[in-house]
Amino acid sequence: MKRKTKDRGWSPYLAGALLGLLAVVSVWATTALLGKSTYLGASTTFVRAAGLLERTVAGEHVAANEYFKKEKVRVDWQFMLVCGIFLGALVSSLSDRSFKLEGVPPVWKKRFGPSVGKRAAGAFLGGIVAMVGARMADGCPSGHGLSGMMQLSGSAFVALAMFFCVGVIVAAIVYGRRAS
Amino acid sequence: MSTEQILGLMTGVAFGFLLQKGRVLRFEKQLGALMLRDMTIFKFMLSSILVGMVGINLLSDAGIITLSHKAMNVGAVVVGGALFGAGWAIMGFCPGTSVGALGEGRWHALFAALGMVAGAALYAELYPFFKSTVLAWKNFGKIGLPEVTGLSPWVIIALFWAATISLFAWFEKKGL
Repeated sequence: MKRKTKDRGWSPYLAGALLGLLAVVSVWATTALLGKSTYLGASTTFVRAAGLLERTVAGEHVAANEYFKKEKVRVDWQFMLVCGIFLGALVSSLSDRSFKLEGVPPVWKKRFGPSVGKRAAGAFLGGIVAMVGARMADGCPSGHGLSGMMQLSGSAFVALAMFFCVGVIVAAIVYGRRAS
Repeated sequence: MSTEQILGLMTGVAFGFLLQKGRVLRFEKQLGALMLRDMTIFKFMLSSILVGMVGINLLSDAGIITLSHKAMNVGAVVVGGALFGAGWAIMGFCPGTSVGALGEGRWHALFAALGMVAGAALYAELYPFFKSTVLAWKNFGKIGLPEVTGLSPWVIIALFWAATISLFAWFEKKGL
């Protein structure tokens, strides 16, 4: 097994195993320091970001919304975790020179052409659908896929199976064989 | 910043660093996984689950941490999971990787992240409707596989390890 990949990254087995260790240490650290076992996740942060943005124009509406009340609009542990993902990826990609400005990914370009507008619209609309789904399922590939699986949660096995099965079908329909 | 925020930020930096080193943030890797052509994401996710499930269950058995299952609400997980899968395939990022991809310069991920903020706002508006429909179908509550199957978590972990290591061996044999 190679330690480095062709694109100068780390072996996905190694990087993944280290992430597993990080997940364990993180649950332990949040329990010890914050008094509550907190697991890696990302999608609730988008609810809080939406609430924070909406609050600047419609404070009362956000305060009265049942879902915002349930998830509590504030910059919490997970919100900072998501900010950290940005910084960590930035540092890592700059340090090994894999940072690259990209407006339209090659696979997309082959299928839909070089238009940035089209890619932006696809990413935006896909994002809406995915986040409605993630909030309904109460988790994304981080919360269900990593944290839920590690805890052997029943919901995680079903959610991850749905994510991948439907993802595979839709990817085949949208990108087809021509993208290869 | 509070202790909570500093801890979150530090953990996130390490998380983002490992996602980037594992090269799983990119659109082509995400699509490669969904088109079953590039197994990088499967290798990465399953490796972290293998290590994490042992550590989490050890700490939980020792009474150091508590498990926090998400509810097995059938409508929510099945319909929500399907919607997520569809959106994921089109945008080519998941919530965590969109932010990471932005960090490594793939700025089209910004539109994905903005779409997801809009999706979250939309969900907040539709929540009362979902609560009385999809979310109200059947909820088994916060259950783990050990309770469902009656097996010890360590038996399930051993089986999961055996299956995953066999899968890895097959990936390597096939050069996937």
